[in-house]
Amino acid sequence: MRFVDEFRDADKAHALAAKIAALCEPGRQYKLMEVCGGHTHTIYKHGLEDYLPESVTLVHGPGCPVCVIPMGRVDDAIHLASQPDVIMTSFGDMMRVPGSGGSFFDANAEGTNIRMVYSPLDSLKIAKQNPDKQVVFMAIGFETTAPSTAMTMLRAAAQGLTNFSVFCNHVTIIPAIKAILDSPDLRLDGFIGPGHVSTVIGCRPYEFIARDYGKPVVVAGFEPLDILQSIYMLMVQLSQGRSEIENQYSRVVPWDGNVVALKAIGETMELRPYFEWRGLGFISHSALQVREKYAAMDAERLFQVPGVRVADPKACQCGEVLKGVLKPWECKVFGTACTPETPIGTCMVSPEGACAAYYNFGRMNRTRVAEAEVARS
Amino acid sequence: MTVDHDHQPGWIGEALAEHDEIEAEGRRQLPLADREQQVLDRIDRARRRRPKVREERITMSHGAGGKATHTLIEAVFLDAFRNPLLEPLEDAAQLAVGGARIALTTDSYVVSPLFFPGGDIGDLAVNGTVNDLSVCGATPLYLSAGFILEEGFPVADLQRIVESMRNAAAAAGVHVVTGDTKVVQKGKADGCYINTAGVGLIERDVSLGVAQAQPGDAIIVSGPIGDHGITIMLARGELDIEADICSDTAPLNGLVAGLLGAVPGTRAMRDATRGGVATILNEIAKAADVGVLVSEDQIPVRAEVRGASELLGIDPMYVACEGRLVAVVPGADADQAVAALRGHPLGEHAAVIGHVREEQPGIVQLKTAFGGTRIVDLLVGDPLPRIC
Repeated sequence: MRFVDEFRDADKAHALAAKIAALCEPGRQYKLMEVCGGHTHTIYKHGLEDYLPESVTLVHGPGCPVCVIPMGRVDDAIHLASQPDVIMTSFGDMMRVPGSGGSFFDANAEGTNIRMVYSPLDSLKIAKQNPDKQVVFMAIGFETTAPSTAMTMLRAAAQGLTNFSVFCNHVTIIPAIKAILDSPDLRLDGFIGPGHVSTVIGCRPYEFIARDYGKPVVVAGFEPLDILQSIYMLMVQLSQGRSEIENQYSRVVPWDGNVVALKAIGETMELRPYFEWRGLGFISHSALQVREKYAAMDAERLFQVPGVRVADPKACQCGEVLKGVLKPWECKVFGTACTPETPIGTCMVSPEGACAAYYNFGRMNRTRVAEAEVARS
Repeated sequence: MTVDHDHQPGWIGEALAEHDEIEAEGRRQLPLADREQQVLDRIDRARRRRPKVREERITMSHGAGGKATHTLIEAVFLDAFRNPLLEPLEDAAQLAVGGARIALTTDSYVVSPLFFPGGDIGDLAVNGTVNDLSVCGATPLYLSAGFILEEGFPVADLQRIVESMRNAAAAAGVHVVTGDTKVVQKGKADGCYINTAGVGLIERDVSLGVAQAQPGDAIIVSGPIGDHGITIMLARGELDIEADICSDTAPLNGLVAGLLGAVPGTRAMRDATRGGVATILNEIAKAADVGVLVSEDQIPVRAEVRGASELLGIDPMYVACEGRLVAVVPGADADQAVAALRGHPLGEHAAVIGHVREEQPGIVQLKTAFGGTRIVDLLVGDPLPRIC
């Protein structure tokens, strides 16, 4: 299939893998973080780690939109959905995320009307079909999805819809990366930059990572060869002692981002003073809220939102996993108490979550598999 | 305001208690690879525990054919009805009545929309049950048909559905010999639901079952996978995607007869409905306690299905088919089996997709087209409700 198979070519992968291996300095360990959950998913889905030398470790980052939603926000959403005459719309990923009293699916079994949509625009269709109901869109995601929420709000305003609102949980990537860079637990050598976020914000916002922290960043696409090539580009920078922002995903990511999308976000949303991230705690200016001008579309203004802070279950180590301090399998409850069918933590829910990706795709000891293969041959 | 979690909500507390039970020894002191292996072993033990339904109410996941469905079946239904005929959990039960070997099966159909490219709920209801009998090695003979109709449902639609059931039955050589009709108030059902049960006669001296899979066996699919599921998804019109594909709904009895004639030593067959081929591979691995290794680039998938799946972030391995089977045959018979399947119009794209092996029992591994390896687990959650 065109535009897909070219980026999954095993021969090219072998060639790149050899070049990466050749760049490894003996005795040196390389820790590279893929910030975006979409990359984590690709890495596991295609078995990309099989191509990497042992000295190169991929650390999974915080860029999974579902994973960073704290339990209290899920409870707040279910509270909103439980109000009379409310239909909530949500991306499918969110449906199984556990709140303290259960997930959206559980809430639906108890009587709420939370519907899965593929695009926020579908919410407008539902709002028009149900003029006597308030349709609340559970907006989540980084700068990748914020523009589509913004465009939906602008369209609702243009159409004069009065029964559509947004429960805004959009977050921004840069403060999260900063939090990780400032975290003392972790020594990273470089970053595989989030491709889809960068189509919106461009590459400039990462410049501080190279300038102030001396770490290279390569903005990467989402096919396995994209990621492998980005790792190679990072290794070249490291071998030359450079730290720069490079764009591997130039077929999609413009250096300056998407001005139309940024304007739409700016028109409808503004930075919150602070927002709680799952596992990372409160980070100032790290999330978006609906602007005063669009107050009529702000579910947090239209309804009383309890805003209860719910601490994560003590055993849950999503925070450490999101920061890349722990590998998924190092979490105490990974795979036993916390599984995709009964997730405790968000990282086990979303297909972009590191725990879910590892559990569903990578649950085999590669060292052992390699040993067994050597023994056989 | 903060909620203290010393006192965890019920299900989390329960899960943690279970965790403590399983986690017997410390693991921090071991080298990395051993520690990882230890965790994997622990997970393996956890997965082999008796399943338990944690939810208080039925959710859509329980109907999705993945893990939640399996848990529900094993923890609720199998637990209550347990008997040696039910226990294999094959597509049809195999029983002896007065000297004859009979296969018996039942299936309910709630597909939405009722009419879709390539078929409708009517032929689906006939073919689905015919196929469940066929893959057990039975010749399908008689069907029952039960209808649950919603007040207000157009009679013309019902006639259209029944007409296509009649045609499907004729094509498969079966007769609908008994039935039932119920009507519920408007809003209490969605148009039309159908249940069919079927009996078939097992004439050949075969004993098929996924538990019989052995290392060295070949795994074969009879054609491109995922057509039905993607067709239904697109037919709902919720996604603005158009593709030229239609459901693969078809009776498999002719195809099965051809395969069993050519390879009497066939170990098992399953028709790949809800949960898709991935679910069947997991059933093989679990029932026979063997490893399964398949190659992504050997698995036939139509370009349209692959394209739609890529766009939607779905794996075709989990998408339902309604006219495809997965067969396990001894490795030495693989070529003959593929030739036999290809000799039938429904099997012209049949292919060996992988094999059964000793390593990693209970686990299905996929060699990706990219050249890496990964696990193919049972599906969790519900990508696509009401597919059949």
